[in-house]
Amino acid sequence: MKRVAVFWLVVGVIGWALLPWYLTQNGFWRFGWLTDMSGTNASALGAALHDKPWLWLPVLGFVGAALSLGLARTQLAMARGLFASGTAGLALLMGQALLIGTRFGLWEADNPGIGAGAFVTASALLFIATTGVSGLGKGRGDAFVTGLVGAIVALVAIFVFFPLTFILVRAFELKGGAGLGFSEFLPRFFSSTIWGIGCITGGGSCGPAVNSFLLGLSTAAGTTFMGLMFALIFTRTDFRAKKLLRVLTVLPIITPPFVIGLALILLFGRAGTITEFFSWAFGWEKTRWLYGFHGVWLAQMLSFTPIAFLVLIGVVEGVSPSMEEASQTLDANRWQTFRYISFPLMRPGLANAFLLGFIESIADFGNPLVLGGNFNVLSTEIYFAIVGTIADPAQAAILSITLLTFTLSAFLAQRFWVGKKNYATVTGKGDSGRHAALNPVLRWTAYLVALPWAFFTMVLYALILFGSFVKLWGYDHTFTFEHYLRGFKIVVRNGVHFTGAAWDSYFTTLTISAIAAPLTAAVGLATAYLLVRQKFTGKNAFEFSTMLSFAIPGTVIGVAYIMAFNFPPIELTGTGLILIIVFIFRNMPVGVRGGIAAMSQLDKSLDEASIMLGANSATTLRRVILPLMGPAILAALTYSFVRAITSVSAVIFLVSARHNMATSFIVGRVENGEYGIAIAYASVLIVTMLTVIIAMQLVIGRRTLRRADRVEAH
Amino acid sequence: MKKTLTLGAVVLTAGLGASAAMAQSLNVVCSNEQAWCDLMAQNFEIETGIDVAIVRKSTGETLAQIRAEAGNPKVDVWWGGTGDPHLIAASEDLTVPSGVDVSGQLGWSQSMTEMSGGKAVGVHVGLLGMIYNTEVLAEKGLEPPACWRDLAKPEYEGEIQVANPKSSGTAYTELATLVQLFGEDEGFKLLAEIGKNVNQYTKSGSAPGKATARGENTIGIGFMHDMVNLKKQGFPVEIVAPCEGTGYEVGAVSIINGTPNMDSAKKWVEYVISAPAQSAGLEVGVYNIPSNPDASTDPDAPDMAAVKLIDYDFATYGASDTRARLLDRWEAEVKGAGGVVEE
Repeated sequence: MKRVAVFWLVVGVIGWALLPWYLTQNGFWRFGWLTDMSGTNASALGAALHDKPWLWLPVLGFVGAALSLGLARTQLAMARGLFASGTAGLALLMGQALLIGTRFGLWEADNPGIGAGAFVTASALLFIATTGVSGLGKGRGDAFVTGLVGAIVALVAIFVFFPLTFILVRAFELKGGAGLGFSEFLPRFFSSTIWGIGCITGGGSCGPAVNSFLLGLSTAAGTTFMGLMFALIFTRTDFRAKKLLRVLTVLPIITPPFVIGLALILLFGRAGTITEFFSWAFGWEKTRWLYGFHGVWLAQMLSFTPIAFLVLIGVVEGVSPSMEEASQTLDANRWQTFRYISFPLMRPGLANAFLLGFIESIADFGNPLVLGGNFNVLSTEIYFAIVGTIADPAQAAILSITLLTFTLSAFLAQRFWVGKKNYATVTGKGDSGRHAALNPVLRWTAYLVALPWAFFTMVLYALILFGSFVKLWGYDHTFTFEHYLRGFKIVVRNGVHFTGAAWDSYFTTLTISAIAAPLTAAVGLATAYLLVRQKFTGKNAFEFSTMLSFAIPGTVIGVAYIMAFNFPPIELTGTGLILIIVFIFRNMPVGVRGGIAAMSQLDKSLDEASIMLGANSATTLRRVILPLMGPAILAALTYSFVRAITSVSAVIFLVSARHNMATSFIVGRVENGEYGIAIAYASVLIVTMLTVIIAMQLVIGRRTLRRADRVEAH
Repeated sequence: MKKTLTLGAVVLTAGLGASAAMAQSLNVVCSNEQAWCDLMAQNFEIETGIDVAIVRKSTGETLAQIRAEAGNPKVDVWWGGTGDPHLIAASEDLTVPSGVDVSGQLGWSQSMTEMSGGKAVGVHVGLLGMIYNTEVLAEKGLEPPACWRDLAKPEYEGEIQVANPKSSGTAYTELATLVQLFGEDEGFKLLAEIGKNVNQYTKSGSAPGKATARGENTIGIGFMHDMVNLKKQGFPVEIVAPCEGTGYEVGAVSIINGTPNMDSAKKWVEYVISAPAQSAGLEVGVYNIPSNPDASTDPDAPDMAAVKLIDYDFATYGASDTRARLLDRWEAEVKGAGGVVEE
């Protein structure tokens, strides 16, 4: 404990005394501040001596920590001292940042947005406090565990709770700026315009809450089922074209959202190819059935099945063959084995896939916008409550709370269903490494369900690719390269010039996503590790809070981020950093879910063995758990990379002229009806992402569980 | 512990690195078409030597953003898009008077500037109209519509698409136009009758035109300059200026309150209302009517002289309380009245 605390004390003092405390004008890594350590580039020490005496406050924390380290007689006293001084220092630091010279300000003063120095100081104080906590015997006395919990709680608090408070509090706004209260919230929250059930009782249309709920259930059920079928084909059959299938299942997830909707319109719309065909062949009337529940559901099935698949494949693969063998030795047939052994062991995977499907569906914005017709869902209603002809942030906040209620219910239902059973099947004990084959009925069901779906996806993508090479998709099918040239022209004359309109946003998008993806995966998996392997108070609340930012529609997050991070102490708007942060905290839950599902399969005895052999939790995590988490890491990395590239609604408010993203470029083109260049851009993005995913797969590879990629002979 | 530190270092590296490129220049939010935004920025840079960073966002998004950023704006100028949100921003003091001389501009541009206290300068006009798909119309054996009243004909049942005025400024302009043309009660009666023929109230104002062009819909209502663009792209459509007269929107440019780059911002406003700047729009298919009388226009673009226009009362119908009242009435009398709207 002492060594760690001393280390952070030194780091903290260096951060406070030497690094520029405030946000530097030209960025930290240009090191311009090294030569000019005055003004906004000053360290806290410099500024405190000069004109900002309140910057002495955080030092009190370091003084306290140093005193406890030097004077405390017992370990316990030292731990208490460290905890108290770390917390006090942190509180003083936050207090001065929030209250001096800002919009909550008590005093008028020049106190700009915080930068590197403040960040390092705050981290050091936090870790001093958590080291103290570990000394009190919490987290098995492991400073790594308490530090990790502290870091993640702090991050979630700053980047999820803090911004969301700004927007959610508006739900309780009274009309005419009369302050806050419940008197208007309750009637508005339970209003029939949100909860109407006319579509079920047969008297008109349903409210957006009911629509979202029904859509969410249907999509979650559908995607989980479909994902399971694909996962079974992959792990339990001898299907030959597994590689092709794998690519196909991943394609929709890497597609910018509106593209699928557009392709569906061209196939099934009133003037779509398939509609025209049936009209011509059977004289069926051309209808607009696609615009509404069915169309949105279809598009969501295409978009979100891969997520279910990614969560399920690791789990289905992890189910131990020795259990299945035991079952068969006891004379169970293949169906019984699947029904009573394999399937129940997949529960954490199924539950997580369902939860993700449900949340994705109700938070989805692109598909309902393109195909929703008059089918209103919460996400689109929230968007138009913010950007519509009459801006009504209170309504947006109320709808967001409705949406969060659904998420919370789904989350609790999932917990209830998975229950407290043990699903560990990766135990380190030897097994044959071969999964039991599926019984024929199940195998053929999987084939019959999954293969046509794969074929359908293939047709859709062929069509999209085709659309990018023709003049006017749907009307003028003359072959052309024009769309690609407009977006991605390169002139090689006196060097290489990227003159195409899309290059700027393309490079920005790739850079930001490439930075965000590993961070997202790291934060997500670390959280999963804490949730599965460590015990601490408030674990359930902690788990739910990590899901918050994912469950809230991007529009709300976007506006909340502007409200929270446009002013000191944390001033991030207009930078690339805010995009990276929003991606990390919005996509982290996928890492968490996947990580939890994969980790609950790893037997605790593996950790225990490692710890007994003298390793600490950090080493155990790195040497034992991480190598067994290959698929989960890959899924988290892939997903966060892809989501950062394809997300629309969250970034719409956060992109700036300097940091524009590909999706907002594409949406702008689609709004203007320039589908050609939009689709060409989307195709380039798809190819890019596919390349990156394949490369990642090669680098990270598969975990070697000694589960051979073959099944028992029939 | 080492791991946490590494993670911290990585976050720090990433973060500080990404925030590096924040140089001082003019930040413009543009609510026009992407190509038009890019071209204007490029020409402005060439003319003035001022570095411009431009990003495209819809008017609703821009308004929501500058509201959230009020007090510490990250945007200097907001150019383009329909005038109503610009007027709202002006009335909420989110924008400041530019002090640019607009005496050389067309009358509607000057009155827009005057109405907003100099904060929003009118830059273009978009006329409201109808579009129909000739192929679908022929297939169904229908007559093309010529007037607003035609849209209420029973044979058009399920053939008309228009945006939802609660989400789209275009549709609100249509609502306000009919109310001004026929009087409030009569206007709503007509809207309810048309509503019986509407198959979908879309979210976005330009969606009905696009759906019509692709044969997903038969008759759409929207702005004519968008329709000209669709027709030029090769879709089988015709554009109709309603016989009773039609309403219009005035697009504007505003300087955001609190900008640190007032001088450059003012140069931007001066530039976008100049004739050469506006004429350049033809290169990228901009077919609305420019505010500078000397700017050149496309022969196919809607012509204000050839279309019967109403005297659109922006002051009354742009006001928040009128809006709220009309939209509530629309919800109750038009949307509530139902029709063949498909679920």
